[in-house]
Order: sequence, then C-alpha cells, then structure tokens
Amino acid sequence: MGTLYPPRYLLTHSLRSRTISTTKSHDRGSIIGIDGLQALIRRLRHDGFRTIGPTVRDGAILYEDIESADDLPIGWTDEQEAGRYRLRRRDDQARFGYVVGPHALKRFLHPPKQPLWQAVKDGDDYAFEAATVPERPFAFIGVRPCDIRAMTIQDRVFEEGAYADTHYQVRRTGAFIIAVNCAEAAPTCFCTSMGSGPKAESAFDLALTELDPAADHRFFVEIGSELGSDLLATLPHRKATQADVDAASAVSARTAASMTRHMPDDVQNLLMRNLDHPRWDNVAERCLTCGNCTMVCPTCFCTEVDEDMTFDGEVIGRSRQWTSCFGIDFSYIHGGSIRHSARSRYRQWMTHKLATWHDQFGESGCVGCGRCITWCPVGIDITDEAKAIQDSETA
Amino acid sequence: MVPSLARVTTRHQELGDTWTLELEADDPDLLAFKPGQFNMLYAPGVGEAAISVSGDPSDAGRLIHTIRDVGKTSHALASLEPGMTAGVRGPFGTAWPVEAAEGTDVVVVSGGLGLAPLRPAIYHILAHRERYGRVAILAGARGVKGILFPNQLAAWRRHLDLQIEISVDHADTSWRGHVGVVTNLIPSADFDPADTTALVCGPEIMMRFTANALLDSGVAENTIHLSMERHMKCGLGHCGRCQYGPYLICRDGPVMSYDRLSRLLTVKDL
Amino acid sequence: MQQQGLGDIIAAHRFFKDLDPSFPELVSGCAKNVRFGVGDYLFHEGDGAAAFYLIRHGRVSLEIKAPGRQSMQFMTVGEGDIVGISWLVPPYCWSYDAKALELVRAIALDATCLRDKCETDNHLGYELMKRFVPELALRLHCTRLQLLDLYGKPT
Repeated sequence: MGTLYPPRYLLTHSLRSRTISTTKSHDRGSIIGIDGLQALIRRLRHDGFRTIGPTVRDGAILYEDIESADDLPIGWTDEQEAGRYRLRRRDDQARFGYVVGPHALKRFLHPPKQPLWQAVKDGDDYAFEAATVPERPFAFIGVRPCDIRAMTIQDRVFEEGAYADTHYQVRRTGAFIIAVNCAEAAPTCFCTSMGSGPKAESAFDLALTELDPAADHRFFVEIGSELGSDLLATLPHRKATQADVDAASAVSARTAASMTRHMPDDVQNLLMRNLDHPRWDNVAERCLTCGNCTMVCPTCFCTEVDEDMTFDGEVIGRSRQWTSCFGIDFSYIHGGSIRHSARSRYRQWMTHKLATWHDQFGESGCVGCGRCITWCPVGIDITDEAKAIQDSETA
Repeated sequence: MVPSLARVTTRHQELGDTWTLELEADDPDLLAFKPGQFNMLYAPGVGEAAISVSGDPSDAGRLIHTIRDVGKTSHALASLEPGMTAGVRGPFGTAWPVEAAEGTDVVVVSGGLGLAPLRPAIYHILAHRERYGRVAILAGARGVKGILFPNQLAAWRRHLDLQIEISVDHADTSWRGHVGVVTNLIPSADFDPADTTALVCGPEIMMRFTANALLDSGVAENTIHLSMERHMKCGLGHCGRCQYGPYLICRDGPVMSYDRLSRLLTVKDL
Repeated sequence: MQQQGLGDIIAAHRFFKDLDPSFPELVSGCAKNVRFGVGDYLFHEGDGAAAFYLIRHGRVSLEIKAPGRQSMQFMTVGEGDIVGISWLVPPYCWSYDAKALELVRAIALDATCLRDKCETDNHLGYELMKRFVPELALRLHCTRLQLLDLYGKPT
C-alpha cells in the first residue's frame, strides 16, 4: 500500500465522519500478537507518521516519540494514590500494564508552547506569516479511553465554537489514534463516574485490549475507522474467537468494577449552588496554587500569550503557552486580579472543570483520569471535595 | 487569528489619561461592528488590549476607539501617532440590544470611561430616534475634568429630543450641574420603568449599584444590560482567560442582561 | 387659610409620603414658605441649624469651604429632596454650606418648633425618624461610593 499521509480525503473529513461505530461493524474483532504490535508501529512509521507512545523515562511513564514496540513500558506498572506516583515492575511482560502517566494528548495537539504568527517589517507595514505546521502527522499508540474522551472534549473547545483553532485542527485532523483499553484502574481513577471509560467506544482508528500477558499474550483489536481497517489489513492478524471477545469484555468489566473513587451525581448543580460554601476555605488552606493539576489535566487548555520582538523591531511575533488559572495574574485586569485568593482560584478550577464547562461547551470537562489527584503535592482529591460539599447538604 | 493592519489617522486627547484614536480600516468585517462590541487592538511588538469600539457604526471606513492609559499595552496604544500602524482583530462579543429596545424608553447610564462603549449605541438610537420612546442619558464622572465627550453631550442636549444629565463626584463652585453619585439622577429621569431598556456601562461596582437603583425604580431585570469586563486575551473562546462563571465574556458578553448576572455579581472574587 | 395650604403642600412632598393625615397639620404649625435667589445661601457652616427645608422647586448645592481653594460641592439636591439633618443632632449646627444654584422655592420647618412637638408627641417623632434614617442611610451609601473614587485611576 502507498503512504497513508496525506490522503486527500483525510483533509476534508472530520474525525467524526471517519469513525465507524464499533457496534455497527459486522466485524466482531481481530487478534494480533506482539509481532503484530511491532508491525503496526513499523507500518505507521513507514507511512510517514510520527509515532508517539508510552515509554519509561525519569521514573514515570510518559508519552514520547517511540521507534518501535521495544520502547513501550514492557513489564512496568504504576502505583498511584493522592499525591503519589511510583513505577513498579510487573511479573509479566505486559506492554500496557500501567494506568496513566502525567502526559496526555494535549501535549502534542495543543503544545505547551505554540508560535502563532510572525511578521517582518516592510516599510511602515508588516508582512505576516502564519506559524508552520508539523511536517508529519501524529500516530498516538496506547491512548487510554479517558484520554480519548479528553481529546474529543478539546475538539469541542477548539473546533466547534464560532472560531476554529487552526493550530489544533491541523494536528488533530491528521492524527492516527490507537486506543488501548485499561486492564486495571488506579485507586485515583474515576472514569466510570464520568462515563469516559474504562473502554473506548469511539473516536479511535483502532482499539486494543491487551489479553493474558502472563500466558497467551495477545491483543484484541477493534476497528474504529476505515484507516484503522486498512492498517489492520497489513498486519499479521486473525479473526477473534468468541473466547477472545469474552476475554476482552471481561478485562473491561473487571477494570470498571475495581474503581474505588466516584464523583457525585449532578456535581454541576451541586457546585453551582454552593459557590460560597465554607469547603472552599477549607481546601484553600491546603492548596498551594502550584497548578500541577492544570498541567496534568488532559482537558485544561488555558493559555497565556507572549509578544515577541527583536531588538531592532524588525521582526515581531506572537506565541501562546499553557498557563494555569491558579496563577495570580490569570484573571488580572487594570486595578488587580479578580481572583486574588487561593480560595477563589481553587473554586474557579473545580467549578469550571465540573460545572461551568457544561455551560460553555455542553459537557463535563472532567474525564475521571485521576491525574489531578495523583500529581497534587498535597493530595487534594476533587472527588473528596465534591463529596464533602454534597455530604454537608444531606447532613 | 492574525491581526489586520490599520493606520492611525487621528489621535485626540479626551482626558488627562484618555485618548481617542481613529483608524483607517478597509476590512468590511471590522467595519461591520455592532454597538458594544470590542476589538483586540495591537500595538506592534508590545501587545493587545480589548478596547470597545466608541465610534458611529454608520460612519463608513472609520474605526474609532477611546483608550485609557492604565498599563503597558494601553499606554503603547494611546501613544500611537497618526501615520503609525496598529493591529486589529475583531469585532468580538455581544452588542447593546438596540433593535430589541425599539418601541421602549431608553435609559443610558454611564460611569467614567463607560460612556465610550455606550457611544455607538447612542449614535444608533439618535440616528433612528423615531423608533424609540423617551431617551435619557445619565453620565457620571469623577470631576468636571473627567467628563468624557463633554462637547458631544452638550451638542446632543441642545439639538435633540432627549434628556441628558451629568453628575460628578465633586466639583468646585464653577460647576452648575449635579454633584453626587450618578444613581441619584435615576428617580427624576424621564422614563417609564415598565417599558424601558437600560444600558449601563462603567466600573463594576457602579454598574451593580446602578442596576439596583433601576430595579428599585421598577425596571425589569431582563431589560437592564451591563457591559462586563474580564481579562481578555484571544477573543475567540480558546484561551479560557475571560471566564466569568458559566460565561466567556468574549462570546457571551461583554453586554449581558442583568437577569443572567444578578446572582453572579454577588459572588466574591468570581 | 395660610396654614391649611401649607399642610397640603407638606403632605404632598415626597419626603412626607404616607404620613398619617393628622401630622401635616401638626407640622405645618412650624412651617413657612421660603424662596432663595441664584447664589443665595440657605445656611452656612457653623450657623445654628434653625430649620430644615423641603425643596419644592430648584436645585441646591451642598458645599464645604477650604482655605486657599474654592468651595467644593459634594452633593446637589433638587425638587422633592430635603436639605438639613443637623437640626436633629446636638449641638444643632450646620456642618456645610447650602447654596441655591437656581431659583429655589422651599418649605422651611422651624427646628426648635419641630423638636418641641416631637418631644410632646413621640408618634410624630417616630414618623420623622422613619423618614430621616433612610435618607441618612442613602446619603451615607452615596458618600461611600464617592469616597471609593470609582472612576479614578485604578491602583
């Protein structure tokens, strides 16, 4: 087969129209082995994709450029709790035997620092140039269902408003998504409460479920798009048996049942009627306003804009970078910051994520990945905070 | 979104720290602004600031902004001289409901620089005067030297069928007008509270108390409109900076009706 | 009769809205019509507060003198408003100047006469307090907003 990028039709189709619903497909699934996984990554690279996947670095499992399936976190798992993250060796060779690391897809689709445009002085005017686009499209291997949901949430923010963000669009439209359904949940996970996992239902090209890494190590593969189907056709694979299908279902069911944290129902209205609740003072005493939660949250998208200029004023430019609503200047207008207190900033983050995101974008901003709980240095848990407010109402 | 370039054609000092710039623009989208909307004005190499358009929407080819020098970026913008280039992105945001107000009385209440974002609405109303009932403009200012567009107010007062009252916080004895908070002008202003559209713009505290005074006079919550202000960055709904509770000011504001705001205005540090 | 007319005028004034019908009569015994030309002072700071005024027509500015400067106006009032609260507060001295900005017609209510009547008829006293306290509260609120200098340069 020729290269997959840039197929003309890809550029004119949104991802939604690319997706084949897995329930409509007559194909009940396929099985690939480790060799198939290797071949998958090799094929994507051959076709010109920049392959991004999980890999061990700096004591964590991060999303980075990977060259082959050998770069995956083979035999590693993670231990997570509020304010705690460690890697631990498994006693098998699972490729995806961990839960989630601090990185999400926003690192690539909505990069931490993004040049917007540049302009060169031309007499009294400036000649504007838009920022360059990446040379190769992304292929993301090993995307958790919560991160897929997070991606679709950011799709809404950047693509479905009155203005579409072209920087996001150009990275997103060409992206190839290989989801991996979760075989275990961390204690910090609560995707079931948010309806975003532990099984990916849509918005992927292929979805894998790793089966039986200690014995008959294989991957159940579901097709999510024509591109996914075309790719699978090039890999060594076989049709899934009913036993395979059942095994994959059992993995997801077991993961869902093992989830220990939950977000209260109707947390949107719960928070909006409690904007002056004393719990905000309580959490403010603990919160360092460090902003870790916003950095690791897969849906947080707020940015700062930097103006650049050479000393001689010949070249001007603008770039944007991630910022956090926990920063003191985030809400600055002349005279001072509106959200001066830690209390008001924590409340802003939590109510935006769980409540006002509904008003602004029509859905919850939270996917239940639990990263904010894990990576908070003082272990603040938004499910706990929501529950505390809920409990005070029923008390 | 890349800024359009616009040349500064005139620069006029309004107050000690406030200037009005006239920009020459040929982008039809920019010129099709509605009263109440704002542009992101760019001082090349320095930065952008959200500035409401303060000119006449029917004035073809001219884009007018009134800028108060309160920081690095507004200083750079207010310092642009005729012939220099500014960048413009916009227009963004919601507009004063001048069409919905047809057939009603109109009360315009401004505080300080708040008269600038209201001026396009006033131009529109006066250009279609017969479509509205009684029109009252109540302008509050710090002092006599802080009254914005004083010649224009005087001209309007002399020639047209409308009530204009100005109140300053304090004055020396050469001032023969009103002294006191602008809300004091509401009880004796000429309008029917049951059939009125109120357009209010100024510092948030002033808008809050003005809304209360209007409500006390019997004006309905959904006919009082405020122009809300928050940190503005992209204007496109992508950077998250202008959030105000459930709203994005760049998209759901700046002009918002009081019924949507009444609860939020009382929440501290929202 | 002169007093009857004044009673009606007092009853009709915004400040005395909904006053029990017997009271305007009572109060009118302390009342007289007054008028001030442009630039005339109703009273000066430091004067004994001999009356309070119901403004029927025209505008009055409340001012404070400062040495080396022109007087500063801090409030203007007009038709339907009142001028004068210090007549209620010992030692009953005015703390500012009040000047007519245009022709002013008002009812002046004699302070001593009214205070005496309130002492003998506490109901009257209470009715007056119910009207003066909200006015004081409103002026305090407005003064606070003026003090906040909302239109000034943000710090």
